[in-house]
Amino acid sequence: MSLLIRQGRVVDPASRIDGVQDVLVVDGRIGTVGPGLRAPQGTQVIDAAGKVVCPGFIDIHVHLREPGFEYKETVASGTRAAAAGGFTAVACMANTVPVNDNRAVTDYILAKARVEGVVRVYAIGAVTRGLRGEQLAEMAEQAEAGCVAFSDDGRCVMNAALYRRAMEYALPFGTPLISHAEDCHLAHGGVMHEGFVSTDLGLTGQPAAAEDVMVARDIVLAELTGAHVHIAHLSTAGAVRLVRDGKARGVRVTAEVTPHHLLLTDEAVRDYDPNTKMQPPLRSNRDVEAVLEGLLDGTIDCVATDHAPHALSEKEGEFAEAASGVVGLETAVPLLLDRLVRPGRLDLSTFVARMSSGPARVLGLPGGSLAPGAAADITILDLERPFTVDPAAFHSRSRNTPFRGVTGTGAPIMTIVGGTVVTP
Amino acid sequence: MGWKRKDLLSLQDLEAAEIRDVLDTAGSMKEIATREIKKVPTLRGKTVVNLFFEASTRTRTSFEIAGKWLSADVVNFSASGSSAEKGESLLDTAKNIEAMSPDVVVVRHKASGAPALLARHLRCAVVNAGDGAHEHPTQGLLDLLTIREKKGHLEGLSVAIVGDITHSRVARSDIHGMKKMGITVTVAGPPTLIPPACQELGVKVSHRLEEAIAHADVIVMLRLQHERMESGLIPSLREYSRVWGLSLDKLKHCRPDVLIMHPGPVNRGVELSPEVADSRYSVILDQVTNGVAVRMAVLYLLAGSQPA
Repeated sequence: MSLLIRQGRVVDPASRIDGVQDVLVVDGRIGTVGPGLRAPQGTQVIDAAGKVVCPGFIDIHVHLREPGFEYKETVASGTRAAAAGGFTAVACMANTVPVNDNRAVTDYILAKARVEGVVRVYAIGAVTRGLRGEQLAEMAEQAEAGCVAFSDDGRCVMNAALYRRAMEYALPFGTPLISHAEDCHLAHGGVMHEGFVSTDLGLTGQPAAAEDVMVARDIVLAELTGAHVHIAHLSTAGAVRLVRDGKARGVRVTAEVTPHHLLLTDEAVRDYDPNTKMQPPLRSNRDVEAVLEGLLDGTIDCVATDHAPHALSEKEGEFAEAASGVVGLETAVPLLLDRLVRPGRLDLSTFVARMSSGPARVLGLPGGSLAPGAAADITILDLERPFTVDPAAFHSRSRNTPFRGVTGTGAPIMTIVGGTVVTP
Repeated sequence: MGWKRKDLLSLQDLEAAEIRDVLDTAGSMKEIATREIKKVPTLRGKTVVNLFFEASTRTRTSFEIAGKWLSADVVNFSASGSSAEKGESLLDTAKNIEAMSPDVVVVRHKASGAPALLARHLRCAVVNAGDGAHEHPTQGLLDLLTIREKKGHLEGLSVAIVGDITHSRVARSDIHGMKKMGITVTVAGPPTLIPPACQELGVKVSHRLEEAIAHADVIVMLRLQHERMESGLIPSLREYSRVWGLSLDKLKHCRPDVLIMHPGPVNRGVELSPEVADSRYSVILDQVTNGVAVRMAVLYLLAGSQPA
């Protein structure tokens, strides 16, 4: 079985390719990339003229909610959403019920993914048992079972000594620790970013410093232990500065940023819509500018959506009591294409790198390039395709997006995993 | 001018002309309180629901009296604790109330933004009777009415608001209302009780009581909640009252015609010494009286100007 993608503009930053080429896929792997390729007998041909052909996009921060919260999302619905949004692989966080803090849960998630998953699924294990921040989870067994990283995402491991030991313990597996950097004392009670808008709205804020102090701590600990620490959903100017400085000094620190932290400020909270509530909260304009700058200069390695599905009933009431988090898998690519790539604030090649090779490198995953022999995970974009964000049309089980009704131009049109078209 | 709004959610939303409209209407409502028979038929056949999710005696009573003097049918619905604790969502509660066809729903809720949420979902008028630390617009209006009565005007006056600004919805409504009416506002309190970027609200921020009140025409003293101590924002009530409480001694350096206001209930001996609370400077009970008039005006403007 082979597949020929013809006449598309191939953008593969990892292979330093940007030009009109054909891509031949044979037996689920990239065969040849080059001009005017011949299609062997029985080849499926995809005309990609005028479109952009990229290495499959990878989202290393999603919540698939299974097991435990199947009413919000399942492995099946979440991976369908990923495929619809142009992602060929996702890595799912451990805050399920039961928590993914042992091999049995990892096995369950990965078995579900093999049977029902539409795109590739990687599991992230918990750092501490029950995400309680008290005792290490059985990371060795989890790594054996396939966990590609460890994180208590949703909570911060506040005990620095324990986190230090977690970093050391994980060293032999070559898996990074992913930090949800939030000092819970500084952030206590805060439901949005602390600043003029929180003052104006009478909502309790949490200062950017709640994130900054933890990013600083984690960089210091990474330096102490030699471990690789990855900062999840980095959102402040201060954290960008700290990571930039850490990288310059050779510390093994990487970082991701979400589309909402790139595109929205705390001004979006003004009408108390719980769909603008997330952790970390939407920040100031200065922070938004700083994270974009960090994404451009490579301080921030990748975009990750922090896709966090919640049911309508958890997102329609009082702001302070609503659940935190927004869905992102089906809106990330179109919004970033329209708001950042189209106006030239982020060049296409860097965008593709931060969506594919960047995340692959952070978690040490295969993929992220169209090099011959690589698995044929491919995302095809149409930069001229108009879109409207319509939550009712989401493949995700949840609709909690702050971008309802937003229109723009540029969208993923085809997602290919292992040579098979999986676009729903 | 004609009243155009469906709801009263904040003073930040209102134009100066609209505030003046409410104050003028309230001024004429005050006369009703002096009558032998305190009742006019203006809102006969209208239903006002007091939907209070947070304990409140005086505001609820004030709205109730206001509605009754205007002949509205006033129903009190008190849901103690949050709607979530009751197992019913705020929207469900509201939709149940709406199904009984009220004309005005008066909402008090601990969550900032709750009245705005209800206003979006309900066809009837919604009045914010205090939401979290956001706004308490009728309190802001009754403060303005009281100042205007006592001073004869608002423009050009100077007001100091003292105490826990961060957690005060009264402070926010006062600030927005007063700024729109041409009043200069200074807020003062320990830095732990001043919200971030507060000066962007268009006020001066002072960390010294004496400095803040020295030239003030009006001093608004805010209530200090005891939990501020437990959450580590101030060390003790004793120290707070020494540094930030208003005593006759500290008043010596103020203007001789200064007015002392307080939204109530007063913690005697904490933010106000008993002597100050009962002094000739205090207009705290006038505020309560004006509260009824302002709420009559608001109910009238929201429910009375529409066809029955």
